[in-house]
Amino acid sequence: MKNRWYIHIIIIFLLSSCSSSSSDNDYVPTQNTPTPSPLDIPQVFEDNIIAPIIPTDNPQTVEGVALGKKLFFDPILSVDFTQACASCHLPQNAFTDSNTFSTGVNGDLGIRNSMPLFNLAWNYDENFFWDGRAFRLEHQALQPVTDPTEMANTWSEVVTRLNNHEEYPDLFKAAFGNQNITKELTTKAIAQFERTLISANSKFDQYLLGQATLTTQEQNGLNIFMDEDRGDCFHCHGNPNNPLWTDNAFHNNGLDTTFSDNGLGQITGDPADNGKFKSPSLRNLAYTAPYMHDGRFSTLDEVINHYSEGLQDSPTIDPLMKKVDQGGVQLSNQDKADLKAFLLTLSDPSFINNPNFSNQ
Amino acid sequence: MKKIALILILGMLTFSCTEDNDDKLGSNNINVTPTFTFTQNWDDTAISPSDIENTQYTNANGEVLTITRLRYLLSHFELLDENGNTTPLQGYQLIDLSDAETYNFIPTSAVTPGNYTLKFVYGFNEADNIDGAYTDLNSASWNWPEMLGGGYHFLQFDGQYNVNTTTPMPFNYHNGMAMVSEDNFEQNFVAFEFPTEIPISETTTIEIQFNLAELFKNPNLWDLNTYNTSLMPNYEAQKMMQENIASAFTLGEITQ
Repeated sequence: MKNRWYIHIIIIFLLSSCSSSSSDNDYVPTQNTPTPSPLDIPQVFEDNIIAPIIPTDNPQTVEGVALGKKLFFDPILSVDFTQACASCHLPQNAFTDSNTFSTGVNGDLGIRNSMPLFNLAWNYDENFFWDGRAFRLEHQALQPVTDPTEMANTWSEVVTRLNNHEEYPDLFKAAFGNQNITKELTTKAIAQFERTLISANSKFDQYLLGQATLTTQEQNGLNIFMDEDRGDCFHCHGNPNNPLWTDNAFHNNGLDTTFSDNGLGQITGDPADNGKFKSPSLRNLAYTAPYMHDGRFSTLDEVINHYSEGLQDSPTIDPLMKKVDQGGVQLSNQDKADLKAFLLTLSDPSFINNPNFSNQ
Repeated sequence: MKKIALILILGMLTFSCTEDNDDKLGSNNINVTPTFTFTQNWDDTAISPSDIENTQYTNANGEVLTITRLRYLLSHFELLDENGNTTPLQGYQLIDLSDAETYNFIPTSAVTPGNYTLKFVYGFNEADNIDGAYTDLNSASWNWPEMLGGGYHFLQFDGQYNVNTTTPMPFNYHNGMAMVSEDNFEQNFVAFEFPTEIPISETTTIEIQFNLAELFKNPNLWDLNTYNTSLMPNYEAQKMMQENIASAFTLGEITQ
């Protein structure tokens, strides 16, 4: 009997080694170990679409998100300490701004409209920017810091500033342990914060959950959106079963006959990709004007008019832009008004007013 | 004795930790899973992602076209043994011409090694075509509008025709549930069954070939000048697609 105790210990040890991913539940934070903070997945996403993309080498943690938020709102990233990420990605604008093009620290204008930021972890292909030039959110965040038309800084300068800062070294240590501060860790933290920017509480989300009712006009607008003969918006912009309201893919949506900006084609080098840009989500349109990659449309009415009668033909136009020879699908004024009413049900006031996302 | 008991217990616990890979071990009594591989061609000329928006094809009616996008859904794979017993293979596959990673499909269930014939469904059959039921297909925006009967697309084939003229035009050859009239829908999938006996072993790969040229010629000669866009609500177009698709899929190479 006296020797049996070790058998029990071995068995317990082996049983515990059998469990795989249950450790999150038993997690006890210790010093220099960040606290796991998995994304809170909204019901409408849980019900309808697959899980978000969280890189295995950058799990969400309380400390990482907090550090990322501080960095996102901190002008320390820009060469002259005047601009933060949030300067062109404002919470009240669903993390874009209201300008056609944003002005950088040197007074230069960019060439593309600032993109809104939400539900980024559900961009399954992980191609970021209007032209998809960055793969993974962590790599996206590297570019604005050094872009001469944005923050115009160098990463070595940023890393030096962060190392010499009175708070950041401890915050990095809390988020990532005893690693040196690098540009990679900096953008990992920013990406963690950005992944928490989840918008899933629009009127239409509530409708999907049985908590709201659409007006007749909004319902008509949904029917136009889903009707291949009229709006045919759903092939690129989601549907009630895909409440991201984007395919995160690249299309030439008939803006121009020739291109001053080749978009995806500039990145792939394939002329067949010229004039293609990423479909933006239709969520939060109420806060994200102006529209298109170059901010050419200041109102939703102009956007709808474009698809209805303003299409321009070009060699790479997407075949989903039908009736291009007539300029578009020729919606009636009533259809346009109904479609707009539906589109506005996709806006989420609780997202732009979420205190977790503001600089406090 | 105590040591033997300890070793036995440890052995049991160790085995209990491994995943259930038994069905991949390949002995005669153990189940095996064939791999399916999907290829696309235009009357025997292979179509690859590099042909997208580059290569011109001439259909049976004489229109010259290019392919912008091709996605299609196959499901309900079943193997029938020599006694007529059928084993359904779990899973379905959304194949995207632009993404070679979608060209292979390994079902999640298995059969005992032996000779079988193959059945599968183009699209989803009525029982499987449940609106919004598959989160991966929802995420791929593969849904078919509820007003047209709901469920999922079976085929999305977009491109331009008359590309040999100064006025190319778009076509959207999309197939799914057919709407007879408002709130009156008709199933539109195609059940394929091939008589060829396929020896299934541990390493069997079965090629399924999709000949896009068939979509335009057999039995319905397709005139893209008449049927080009907004075909989803068009009952006649939907049924002609179904008829033409019935000859578009064939069994290809079987490798062991």
